[in-house]
Amino acid sequence: MTTTVNESTAGGAARQATGLPRLLPAAPEDLRGHLARYGAPPYRGSRDRAGVLIGDVEASGLTGRGGAAFPVYRKMAIVARARAGRKVIVANGSESEPASRKDELLLRIAPNLVLDGLQLAAEAVGATEAHLYLHYGPTPEILRALAERASRGLDGLGVTITQAPPRFLAGQETALVNRLGGGPALPTFQPPRVTERGLGGAPTLVQNVETLAHLALIARYGPRWFRAAGTDAEPGSMLTTVYRPDAKTQVFEAEIGVPLRTLLSGGAETQAWLVGGYHGTWLPMPQAAGLTLANDTLKRFEASVGAGVLVALPADRCGLTEAARVTGYLAAESAGQCGPCLNGLPRIAAGLAELAGPGHRRQTRADVERWAGLVTGRGACNHPDGTVRFVRSALTVFAPEIALHARGQCSATNRKPFLPLPNGMPTSEDDWT
Amino acid sequence: MADTLKVNPIDCTGHGVCAELLPELISVDEWGYPIVDPRPVPLALDREARRAVAACPALALKLMRTDEPARSR
Repeated sequence: MTTTVNESTAGGAARQATGLPRLLPAAPEDLRGHLARYGAPPYRGSRDRAGVLIGDVEASGLTGRGGAAFPVYRKMAIVARARAGRKVIVANGSESEPASRKDELLLRIAPNLVLDGLQLAAEAVGATEAHLYLHYGPTPEILRALAERASRGLDGLGVTITQAPPRFLAGQETALVNRLGGGPALPTFQPPRVTERGLGGAPTLVQNVETLAHLALIARYGPRWFRAAGTDAEPGSMLTTVYRPDAKTQVFEAEIGVPLRTLLSGGAETQAWLVGGYHGTWLPMPQAAGLTLANDTLKRFEASVGAGVLVALPADRCGLTEAARVTGYLAAESAGQCGPCLNGLPRIAAGLAELAGPGHRRQTRADVERWAGLVTGRGACNHPDGTVRFVRSALTVFAPEIALHARGQCSATNRKPFLPLPNGMPTSEDDWT
Repeated sequence: MADTLKVNPIDCTGHGVCAELLPELISVDEWGYPIVDPRPVPLALDREARRAVAACPALALKLMRTDEPARSR
């Protein structure tokens, strides 16, 4: 796979006006280059004044870029308010969504921006302990950045690195806390929220690495600067991982609110879009062609931007087969802890595989719909709900394909899988550490 | 203020005793796991709800305080 950064195809003039890209330098930047560009991180020096940053983050409208789009200041305020001798902050770079590459790229080319954000947020909430949770383990860029920062005495807190297991749910907040505590990366039931009782019982602030990079810039340039990009309701920019029919994977920093077609059009003909990754939503073409990269417009299709995975499925592939393959993966990635998910997801996946095969039993589609309804809202984490969102939208968007397959036909002329899955599918039950 | 029934789905083993004791608010799905009425427990069923919570062998059924008023019916 090739990953390229902000080629000139997306954004164009609009991007220049808002100063994008904000997060992604053209080439990997060491600490010297980073400091030359941005200056030292603006620590506030006392806890009273650290409240200023939380206020600025609130005014900026920054939301979490790991997928849930939760207002960042709210989690910060809860941890800042907590009376505890020990408080924990975690930069979440687990990027357990197999189609997402943006956090990996950000950590490679702008590690110091992420680490600035981690330290600044740590100061603002009074954290006594900082962690970095990474899918690939420590890369040379991260280790170098940490060493360079240590030698300059730049950071208030040492950073502990923990590697996430390559499981879809490993980056979920409670799973992350369990892994950092030495256990398997399995979700737990909430409440309590990790902001109240997280790692070892300590109030714990978990933020995606891209979120922290934005925070590091808000600390320097303020909320008004941040809001110069994006929409009023969803300010700023976001990193996206884009799959287009030309099969080249690209990471773009895009202004929120840009037309999706500026990111997704090009190359061969497209039959459908997938927005928000494997917990995301299939969108029909051409009905969705006018949508923008914003939850405010996507919600009409019950979709959201998630962690920024955007796919334009080429017309020569079978969307039903693609959806069935990914659903099989999602079922295998159930943590197997909750009865409805453990029982329902494999049945849903088997049903979808049957629909994607040649011919199917009359009741199969209705079975899948019923199981989808049964698992929704009944897991300790959002895995059943996210999987159902993906499956239901596939049943709708690829309904004509289901009818074709029922007659033993398929519209695809290219059988090569398009959506990426981890090599060597999962895995044994004890593979969560 | 009223209480709402919640299941911790990780702890729940699908024993089914809750649905037997409180069929007004709890049914079971086709795999034997409880489907709980998400609305506040009506005052008239408060006792039965507490009994069901106490009887859960996995300690998975909880009554949680919510801000919504209790339904009377």
